[in-house]
Amino acid sequence: MEPISGIPAVIAMAAKNLGIFTLVILVVAYATYAERRVSAFIQDRRGPNRVGPFGLLQPIADGIKNILKEETLPATASRFFFVLAPIMVLVPSLVTFAVIPIAAPLPTPWGVVDMIIADVPIGILYVLAFSSLAVYGVVLGGWASNNKYAFLGGLRASAQMVSYEVALGLSLIAVLMLAGNVTLTEVVWQQQQLGMWYAFPLSLAFILFVISAFAETNRLPFDMPEAESELVTGYHTEYSAMKFSAFMISEFGHMVTASALMATLFLGGWDLPGSWDNAFWYNGELISGFAANGDPVLANPAAWKTLLTFAGFAAKTGLFLLLYIWIRWTLPRFRYDQVMALGWKVMLPTSLGYLMLVAMTILVLDELGVNFGFLYGLVLTLVSGAATLAFVFFLDRGRTIAGAAATTSQKIEIKTIPTAVASGHAPGRH
Amino acid sequence: MTISVKVMQRPEPESTSYLRAALSGMALTFKHMVNPTKVTQQYPEEMTELSPRWRGTHVMEQHADGRPKCVACGLCPTVCPANCIRLVGGEDDQGNRYPIVYEIDEFRCIFCGMCQEVCPVEAIHVGRHFENAEYTRDRFVYDLDRLMEQDHPSTLLWDPSDPSSE
Repeated sequence: MEPISGIPAVIAMAAKNLGIFTLVILVVAYATYAERRVSAFIQDRRGPNRVGPFGLLQPIADGIKNILKEETLPATASRFFFVLAPIMVLVPSLVTFAVIPIAAPLPTPWGVVDMIIADVPIGILYVLAFSSLAVYGVVLGGWASNNKYAFLGGLRASAQMVSYEVALGLSLIAVLMLAGNVTLTEVVWQQQQLGMWYAFPLSLAFILFVISAFAETNRLPFDMPEAESELVTGYHTEYSAMKFSAFMISEFGHMVTASALMATLFLGGWDLPGSWDNAFWYNGELISGFAANGDPVLANPAAWKTLLTFAGFAAKTGLFLLLYIWIRWTLPRFRYDQVMALGWKVMLPTSLGYLMLVAMTILVLDELGVNFGFLYGLVLTLVSGAATLAFVFFLDRGRTIAGAAATTSQKIEIKTIPTAVASGHAPGRH
Repeated sequence: MTISVKVMQRPEPESTSYLRAALSGMALTFKHMVNPTKVTQQYPEEMTELSPRWRGTHVMEQHADGRPKCVACGLCPTVCPANCIRLVGGEDDQGNRYPIVYEIDEFRCIFCGMCQEVCPVEAIHVGRHFENAEYTRDRFVYDLDRLMEQDHPSTLLWDPSDPSSE
């Protein structure tokens, strides 16, 4: 099978762009609906169920409401940057989806179409670069509002983003070392070759990545930039109508992208169990694997495989979205110092140490000449499992993250003010 | 003067674990998430059964021929603590007194039910009804015709011999 080329390729590209963009926007809209419904279910309520069957048209009603609402511009706000900020937040959250493969390649009469908008060689680096750009919009929004709460929200966003980007990147390196490449198509392919999804051989990286991704997307328990109880609503306090909606869409867009990314990096992306759906471009041929003598075996793409793998990808992404919502409506927000302590004192050293451990294991396995396959994965799973257990034990027994009760070292000694001074007459009375 | 400090009883550091607390919290919320029994009442479809002694929108009882039972004795505007009843009485050829104007301002009314208690002919009642939203404020002054149109059940008076209305 040949890859698609010429005019059909352009048409296919346009269709994919339109389709995936629409899909992401739709998923974002229904993620807001899911958030409201799931939060209602968690609190034994019913949630929005009036607009359309089961309230399914609620996102559309919300959209119409936000478009029709009055846009306010604070008198002291910097007009240009105030308008620029929502755009700067919205765009990165929507373009990051471009490098995530969503299904197995689709065969058409004109050639095979990859189900990914742009299979760029920089792959995951593109995602990291753009997701970091979003924080500029947040900081800009907080600063341009000329409101102290919004400003504090923006400051917190930048501090938190920097702190957790480190752990995120370091836990990612473990994946990239194992995959040997930064393109997400190759990450999926290598997971198919290994015979297991990276959530098992790189379990600790998976946990660290999930925690960091929560912090990166500013979701509870890390929603420091918003922190309703402390900062009104943080960086978007002054925003109303569609500009506010842009911030919301970008928050959910980040959630969807992060979920898709976690599914791709650690749960095999669109890969389903079994080798029937394996497909990868190797020297211009679509192959499904290698024979025992090293010859490539040609893949047999089919439309039903594409559909089925897309359903698998959607299910995995939905699982992470549900996890996002579930955690948001369970855990309380961390204190600001706890966020920083967790980021720098726990996540960073753990991810660094784990990185060394994985690197050494891979080196030893390669030196011993173990084939990249099930045994390779099994050894890594055991090593990572031990590391994960140690990490959990350390968190649990060491009371590493705990409330005010556990950190006696952080307690402030309350001293009673000496009675004599306090009860005496004020100087100058006599 | 010393500053008094309240010492909070914190759990012992050795007995707390954020991780375990978080996981048990997640288990709890998951149980509620899949639990089909919900507390929300689907209001317009499901109505709460009002107590027989619920005091709401007023009802004016009428005779079979459509005349109000009110005899314009003037007891209800006198007893009304919120001063929300306006009554102008008149007399017909046979010497029967009847209300020419009878208005109740439902905004001023505090729904104490004393008008119903004091009425000698059981004409004015408070009723078991609460949905009286309107678009303008002047719609809340109910005139005689409107009071007679109300078709909801009227409130059961408190009976001293049956204090819990059984």
